[in-house]
Amino acid sequence: MAGSDSRLRVKRQGNVTIVEFVDRNILDEANIQAIGEEIATIVEEMQSPRLLISFANVDHLSSAALGALITINHKVRGRQGQLRLADIDPQIYEVFTITRLNMLFQIHPTTDDAIKSFT
Amino acid sequence: MAQTSPGSSAPSGDSASIELHNDRDAIEQLQQRIADDLTRLNYPKASLFAVRLAIHEAITNAFVHGHKSVPATTPVKFQFEVNERQLSICIEDRGPGFDPASVPDPTLDDRVEATSGRGLMLIRAYMAKVQYSKGGRCLEMQYLRPAAKA
Repeated sequence: MAGSDSRLRVKRQGNVTIVEFVDRNILDEANIQAIGEEIATIVEEMQSPRLLISFANVDHLSSAALGALITINHKVRGRQGQLRLADIDPQIYEVFTITRLNMLFQIHPTTDDAIKSFT
Repeated sequence: MAQTSPGSSAPSGDSASIELHNDRDAIEQLQQRIADDLTRLNYPKASLFAVRLAIHEAITNAFVHGHKSVPATTPVKFQFEVNERQLSICIEDRGPGFDPASVPDPTLDDRVEATSGRGLMLIRAYMAKVQYSKGGRCLEMQYLRPAAKA
């Protein structure tokens, strides 16, 4: 689970691991690297991870954050897992649309919707 | 923040020419100044999102790519002018420059899963005008206030 200096809140609901961000802005390169490494550690601890990343607290994210999400997606797929994204603000969702990443990720309006979507 | 000029040619506007170092606090201070300007000038919330993202991506590109081969302490020159109609920004790095046409489209099928290369595209998506000069060292971008909804 996340340590005291973590930028994440991590909880379990059934067999789904839910990750939320502490920071409202996911912009800074160093923070993004730390977040990416922390989520990678979570993924590597699980067999067939079912990972849900909630953006409920996030106001801004950068292209570097998108890159980190793609790396996480690769890691989850590499372990025959499933990744879902949820609670994305409409302005941030537009960033996914512009970059066509809304086609790559499975994005759900709410955490509950995302949890139901795991197979 | 270093070398900030006392700006404001228009009563309600703001402007500055800044030697900006790759320092998180200095960059955030600049972002907040411009966000405060836009708020004071009654730009909509969507403008704050668009401008913050474009500025972040432009500064990141200048330091990470533009200054790849120059000392890390080298600042970029950041100029901006904002009024009730538009925000104009010019960021000039001290690197060797680059050819903007050489940046591949990150939405192509063979690029969409790449972990980098989306910054310039996002800048172009949110800014009304994006133009490089001085061999790719200088980025000028302009944001226009959205038309009011009828």
